[in-house]
Amino acid sequence: MGSDGTRFRNEVSVKGAFMNPKRSGRRQFLKKAAAIAGLAAGSGSLPANLEAEPVPERIDDLHAYGERSHFVNSLRTGSINNPERHLENEPQIFGLKTPLQDSVGMITPSSLHFINSHGFEPPDIDPAEHRLIIHGLVDRPLMLTMDELKRLPFESRFHFIECHGNSNPSGAFGTARLSPDATVQDTHGFTSCSQWTGVSLSLLLKEAGVQESASWIIAEGADPNKHSKSIPMGKAMEDVLVAYGQNGEPIRPEQGFPLRLVVPGWQGINNVKWLRRIGVVDEPYMSNLESTKYPSLKLDGKSHWFENQMGPKSVITRPSGGQRLPGYGFYEITGLAWSGAGAIRRVEVSIDGGRTWKDAKLHNPVLRMAHTRFSLPWKWNGEEVVLQSRCTDEEGVVQPTLKEVAKLWGTDIDYFRKITLTLANFNAIQPWKVHSDGSVQNALY
Amino acid sequence: MRYSPGRYIATGVFKMHCTKVLITAIGLLHAGALWAQMPSYSNIGRTPTKQEIQAVDISIGPDGKGLPAGQGTSKEGAAIYVTKCAICHGPEGQGGKIGPRLIGGKPDADSLTTTRPVRTIGPYWPFATTIWDYINRTMPRNQGGTLGANEVYSLTAFILAKSGIIQENDVMDAKTLPKVRMPNRNGFIPQKFSDIPDIRKRGCRQGLCP
Repeated sequence: MGSDGTRFRNEVSVKGAFMNPKRSGRRQFLKKAAAIAGLAAGSGSLPANLEAEPVPERIDDLHAYGERSHFVNSLRTGSINNPERHLENEPQIFGLKTPLQDSVGMITPSSLHFINSHGFEPPDIDPAEHRLIIHGLVDRPLMLTMDELKRLPFESRFHFIECHGNSNPSGAFGTARLSPDATVQDTHGFTSCSQWTGVSLSLLLKEAGVQESASWIIAEGADPNKHSKSIPMGKAMEDVLVAYGQNGEPIRPEQGFPLRLVVPGWQGINNVKWLRRIGVVDEPYMSNLESTKYPSLKLDGKSHWFENQMGPKSVITRPSGGQRLPGYGFYEITGLAWSGAGAIRRVEVSIDGGRTWKDAKLHNPVLRMAHTRFSLPWKWNGEEVVLQSRCTDEEGVVQPTLKEVAKLWGTDIDYFRKITLTLANFNAIQPWKVHSDGSVQNALY
Repeated sequence: MRYSPGRYIATGVFKMHCTKVLITAIGLLHAGALWAQMPSYSNIGRTPTKQEIQAVDISIGPDGKGLPAGQGTSKEGAAIYVTKCAICHGPEGQGGKIGPRLIGGKPDADSLTTTRPVRTIGPYWPFATTIWDYINRTMPRNQGGTLGANEVYSLTAFILAKSGIIQENDVMDAKTLPKVRMPNRNGFIPQKFSDIPDIRKRGCRQGLCP
């Protein structure tokens, strides 16, 4: 969005403050009402109290609902039905990535939270009409309105949500991700972190009375895709939220308004948006995405399905791909680290291509299954350097190098850029090369 | 009252016991405390009607439980495919700009070990019930739920027959569909559903499950 457009909207809004159509409409209504009241009272004059009633000022839109400065132009990028992204076996992707290069702190603005809705547009749901049904292997099937959900005890927790394909070098986004000019948005933009508020799923399941034979749930959305996901009961009872709030406001439409599941630390696909139903069942239902698109196909032809938990991952967001250091001297290297296993315990940064590492500072809050902001002071002397970060989570698991990921897969590193599939849970260390002219480039390969 | 993850006792029994304790406690304390009723939320929400549940209870799992009455063959499916599916998925099911490829690829494991694996329905999908479930819930695009059960059975039969998995004249219904054996059924790890949740037992590490 150009600054011209924003400025134009500013002008409109300022005018609106003086000539607000709704305000004049209210005045006319008051006059009419006063006239009727006057007639009813058998008098031609207006009653004094009505005449004197102050007309509430309606604040112009920019003051009533804030917008960022028109000098700030950070946007989600990606593809919406971009024919260039179309692969032979895959539908076109609706995927928009978070501009991590512009991020500060550990929260993602809701307006910039990544979107991947598998090619379907968000439904337009009236929260007054929305219902959550819990049924199946329960003693007491339960139906709740949004208002009823909000009467229940709530929890507010910070969690990242990450697409299982985030940062992987192949598949629909592979070309953009592997380009030397890739930004951290291109490489890692399918992760975002919010404060989510809602009701613990375990509370709702206990209210419904889960029967002994139950071992899974199916969560289902009200979107045109009616996306459904099977989740083991252990996780459902552990820490899943039925969330209606995101960063202090109702969840946004593209994030699942009015209700979504937040499944901490697990592949994005589990976090069912526009949640309308929880089925309590005794086996995974093997819906389309979970049984045919998300299994991780390995070289032996075997597919590993339900690799739910995301591994430890970190990335330097500044300096990062596409940026340019304006000159020698001091820079605060900063980035984000997260793990599906819990909290980040340690982040190390290397400025010499991985030969030596220094501990970075972890900025509060450092929370379980949440982005953690890290930083390390650095003085650039104009030499060509390779910057990278690696994290260790609370279980002591260290983020792997590209070579180590290849070893885990039983292959070599070139395989990842040759295969046409989207690879799951790819969490290799991300190197950025700083050239002597200050330009920063993607150096995964 | 922390719930132990891993054990799923019927909470109804537990709650009844809890209520008895509460009633006793309330009796002893002259029922004075308003807070004594916590944590029961029994007046919040209501029991959905059978119809309300049926309207959203659309998932069909591998065992086929819940598949409705009705039936269809590939021949019947072919006619429906032309009018309702071909515009997105192409006249031969080869895929188009909106819809993915439905038919094609050799139904054997060889195609899965290359760097351009074929993951179309026939050679890749583990369960035929998933075809029924997805067509029924989502297709045609943005008109999910508008097809009748016979139409969904017929279209499922059409895809299965064109993929060489069933015969042209095979009838698909609630009994036959779950029995269709997909060629790649054994290509998924872990094979036993009960082994899926335990990622430690599966040897998952560093976010990967080798």
